[in-house]
Amino acid sequence: MSLAHRIIPCLDTDGERVVKGVNFVGLRDAGDPVALASRYDTEGADELVVLDIAASRDRRPTFLETIRRVAAELAIPLTAGGGIRTLEDGRAVVRAGADKVTVNTAAVERPALISELSREFGAQAVVLAIDAKRVGDHWDVMVRGGRESASRDALEWARMGVAAGAGEILLTSVDRDGTQSGFDVTLTAAVSAAVSVPVIASGGAKSPGHFVEIFRDGAADAALAASIFHDEVQSIRALKQFLASSGIEVRLPC
Amino acid sequence: MKITILDYGAGNVPSVERALQRLGVESQRTSSPESISRAEALLLPGVGHYAALVRALDEKHFRAPLLDAIGRGVPFLGICLGLQVLFNSSEEASELRGLSLLSGVVSALPPNVKLPHMGWNQIEKKRESSLLTGIDLGAYFYFAHSYAALDSGAAAATCSHGTEFAAVIEQRNVLAVQFHPEKSGDSGARVLQNFLRLAA
Repeated sequence: MSLAHRIIPCLDTDGERVVKGVNFVGLRDAGDPVALASRYDTEGADELVVLDIAASRDRRPTFLETIRRVAAELAIPLTAGGGIRTLEDGRAVVRAGADKVTVNTAAVERPALISELSREFGAQAVVLAIDAKRVGDHWDVMVRGGRESASRDALEWARMGVAAGAGEILLTSVDRDGTQSGFDVTLTAAVSAAVSVPVIASGGAKSPGHFVEIFRDGAADAALAASIFHDEVQSIRALKQFLASSGIEVRLPC
Repeated sequence: MKITILDYGAGNVPSVERALQRLGVESQRTSSPESISRAEALLLPGVGHYAALVRALDEKHFRAPLLDAIGRGVPFLGICLGLQVLFNSSEEASELRGLSLLSGVVSALPPNVKLPHMGWNQIEKKRESSLLTGIDLGAYFYFAHSYAALDSGAAAATCSHGTEFAAVIEQRNVLAVQFHPEKSGDSGARVLQNFLRLAA
């Protein structure tokens, strides 16, 4: 009896449509977040993340509507974010049906955002997303969709974020993201050891072996992926069966 | 039958409403003491800080009608903080008084494990449980909390994260779960269904 390692599919949206690597065969509305969410729920996903990567002000109402529609379908936790700059933005996302809110760039610029959200919704509802890139002997925090360096050490920022009230870290390796060459085990293990909260590893997943590696050697509490699930390179059900047979504790779908 | 959901302002009421909707049950959220007194069955969902819930119970004048309704035997289901508030107090805000329907104090989970205790965990049945009727041994439930009732004497089922704590409590008409049934897939839906059956 112990806490299961979580598998978390991520939907990147432009407000209302899933925008990355969607290439279903025989599914007409392939880019519909609601259809994907409900498929993942059935397949045994432990949680779902929906990120608004456009995150522009005028798309915000559309994104909130997407959260509402997705939340209505789910019997598992839902995390939402992308462009959350204020407590009010966070409130809107929670009111629309998200259980947790992710913050990234705006929190780097104004760490008090983390405490404000944490005080209102509790630490368990605040996920600090960190995009980290290897520079020499450490990892730099990257902001604005991983494009700009914040000139800040990722481990230090993770510790600060947790002290400010983040209840979870969503850690993306900018170096591995999109490469399908496996999660960054060293980065994840370092962050996981640096903080007292759960760490979700992201970036680089392709094979089931990558997931075994990140749980076993990277000390990740959860692993997130997008395109391999959307493109049906990997089914969540089969992945979890593989993990279970490799001795990794997971919640197997019925 | 209609379920009355206590809306104290910071809880995850919409999630619970949607879960009940999926089961085809009518619910009504309330923030008035009068409708608590009239309720046929009560549900108190809670997330976030213990202090926010306890303060709201008092500011909204929920405490007396709630205790009164429970005293009359109205079926009650507490979720997460809604379980913790049944005890005398919590280390999360030790100056505030809980509902004291159960004796004991809610404590922080030990720091030798990752906190919050977040994710899917299994529970261990300690005695006959109406809420767990028909649920497989080994079923997983979704937890998201850092405090818990560690003295699990009152528990029908326990969970373990760093230490053992109460996961399911059943004392006459007072039922409570530390996990989130509204977020726990099919096994969570079954728990809610079991409560509805008891309340019917």
